[in-house]
Amino acid sequence: MTTVAAKPATMAQALGRAMRDAMAEDPSVHVMGEDVGTLGGVFRITDGLAKEFGEDRCTDTPLAEAGILGAAVGMAMYGLRPVVEMQFDAFAYPAFEQLISHVAKMRNRTRGAMPLPITIRVPYGGGIGGVEHHSDSSEAYYVATPGLTVVTPATVEDAYGLLRASIASDDPVVFLEPKRLYWSKADWSPEAPAAVPGIGKALVRRSGTSATLITYGPSLPVCMEAAEAAREEGWDLEVVDLRSLVPFDEETVVASVRRTGRAVVVHESGGFGGPGAEIAARVTERCFHHLEAPVLRVTGFDIPYPPPMLEKHHLPGVDRILDTVARLQWEN
Amino acid sequence: MTVQELPGAGASHRSTPPPAWRPRTDAAPLLPDPEPYRVLGTPAADRLDPELMRRCYAELVRGRRYNAQATALTRQGRLAVYPSTVGQEACEIAAALVLEEQDWLFPSYRDTLAAVARGLDPVQALTLLRGDWHTGYDPREHRIAPLSTPLATQLPHAVGLAHAARLRGDDVVALAMVGDGGTSEGDFHEAMNFAAVWQAPVVFLVQNNGFAISVPLAKQTAAPTLAHKAVGYGMPGRLVDGNDIAAMHEVLSEAVRRARSGGGPTMIEAVTYRIEAHTNADDATRYRGDAEVAAWKAHDPVDLLERELTARGLLDEAGIQAAKDAAETMAAALRDGMNAEPVLDPMDLFGHVYAEQTGRLREQAAMLRAELDAAEQDAAEQEEEDPS
Ligand SMILES: Cc1ncc(C[n+]2csc(CCOP(=O)(O)OP(=O)(O)O)c2C)c(N)n1
Repeated sequence: MTTVAAKPATMAQALGRAMRDAMAEDPSVHVMGEDVGTLGGVFRITDGLAKEFGEDRCTDTPLAEAGILGAAVGMAMYGLRPVVEMQFDAFAYPAFEQLISHVAKMRNRTRGAMPLPITIRVPYGGGIGGVEHHSDSSEAYYVATPGLTVVTPATVEDAYGLLRASIASDDPVVFLEPKRLYWSKADWSPEAPAAVPGIGKALVRRSGTSATLITYGPSLPVCMEAAEAAREEGWDLEVVDLRSLVPFDEETVVASVRRTGRAVVVHESGGFGGPGAEIAARVTERCFHHLEAPVLRVTGFDIPYPPPMLEKHHLPGVDRILDTVARLQWEN
Repeated sequence: MTVQELPGAGASHRSTPPPAWRPRTDAAPLLPDPEPYRVLGTPAADRLDPELMRRCYAELVRGRRYNAQATALTRQGRLAVYPSTVGQEACEIAAALVLEEQDWLFPSYRDTLAAVARGLDPVQALTLLRGDWHTGYDPREHRIAPLSTPLATQLPHAVGLAHAARLRGDDVVALAMVGDGGTSEGDFHEAMNFAAVWQAPVVFLVQNNGFAISVPLAKQTAAPTLAHKAVGYGMPGRLVDGNDIAAMHEVLSEAVRRARSGGGPTMIEAVTYRIEAHTNADDATRYRGDAEVAAWKAHDPVDLLERELTARGLLDEAGIQAAKDAAETMAAALRDGMNAEPVLDPMDLFGHVYAEQTGRLREQAAMLRAELDAAEQDAAEQEEEDPS
């Protein structure tokens, strides 16, 4: 076997490669959505798939999200493994009826007789100067729906590994793609991709002793930067990348917080009823006697996603994280 | 058993007759014409109203200039994005011109020009694409609903508004615009069906510009034309040349008239073409060839009207120049407006979420206020240290 040297690859390329390899290995894998064929998707993630596998395997559908996901349900019922693309976060909403009433519940309704192996790729989050409806962080809706697996990569390796794992999963997976990381790069070998832990495993991306930053997707690089900056203030921060919101890897998170005694959850979506609320509650339940301070959150504001010129005030940035970390010096 | 005899078929299953306010008075044929309806370059052009056509011409020239200016602003980075309507100006202008003051326009994200032609300030119409605020304007001021980015979702709103106006006894028509791709969405179906069942005073204008981003019409629908879709809902469907503003004006006016007089909704498919890419972020060479674009450029809405009017002696060099001058004035004002740095207050983020601020938002607003004050103070101190 020849090994191919790792070259800089983008997250977008790794995602495309994951679909390509899954399609090559398993003829039941079908990719479909708006503009995924000839154009290769508006972000070019599916570029080349229609050419390589034909339009029956990588299909430009009519412009109808409920139809796309509803049809995927039927295809999966008949033994295919559909990978559907929702063009942007906020354009997945017309498909919610299918998602919540059918995709999430088919296994349960049929007492396990009919699982649905559907992967729903959703570019999500802000920071790209998108106009209205192009920057939503919708993860709270997905994680609140039992029956859905919810995954979000933050690195090039994970983009490939988690997407392969999602396509291989016998359950429906909402695969959230942090669109502002599409062009982030890492040395990565498409021919011999490094193995990554599968769905449901969080990773400590940076170890530290004074507090844990718990985060995922687009906020991971921000947290890594904040952890570096915090060294100047004498804080040695640990950073945990959740990778998968459902299932939630309580063990990795709890072990980290028990070590550090302090925790901050960071995400872009609004705080109220956001994933951070659940995580903070779990951490509090499991680490109560280890905590030196309340679990704090740095999140987007509880407002409709702002227009591009104001989004920098909404998104959790390094300063806001550092200000919050400073509040962990809790004296009472 | 014939279809009519089947249970539930035909009108006999109605338990009550339709109320008096929604009579089906109009006997308009439901099936669309086999060919797009045209006026310019046909004998029908003999009956053109010179005054109206000169106005259309001036608006078309202004619209073309508006498109060019907005596109230039994206190149200068002044606008994040602009979905151009070059080639589609006749649809945009006609949609605005056929409405009375009390009527409502429900534009889709591409229809900035229709909103401007209806009276929305050209700068205000673009601030949403610049990124100051999402739509920002007051819909009631010109009776223009916010430009809708999610596709087809504004169509049921148009039906509801028109229905409400009818319930109140007001003489209001709603004109809702959607692209060919948008007709595949469930909301399109639901809106058409509601409109027909309620006999709501609505006109649906579908701009079939050939593509939904990269997807051609053939992959969007198997119907012979989009206008055919109207038939199944029980409303007339019209097929019209979307580059022929005289035809557009006539067909739209007729539909508005029908709606106003209680004749119910109409669906119009305007066959046109998107000359430029989907937006400046799109690479149209990936999905279409130059020859196709060239063929449509030869069927340009501005040229079509200009040719007809000059041939008939209804427009001369001076008239053409006057239209150009007016368009330049508009473009200059647009440039100035867009080049001025927008004045933004980040605290506005919290101002328009609820009628009454929640405690949580008050807290978050205080946090942002403190951050902004600290940043300002930092900047001031920096200035003092290094006053260069
Ligand atoms: C519900 C929804 N899905 C997807 C999109 C993304 N999108 C924006 S424009 C567009 C194509 C629209 O095509 P069409 O309706 O033909 O209108 P046109 O752009 O040609 O004016 C798509 C898919 C969207 N805005 N809304």
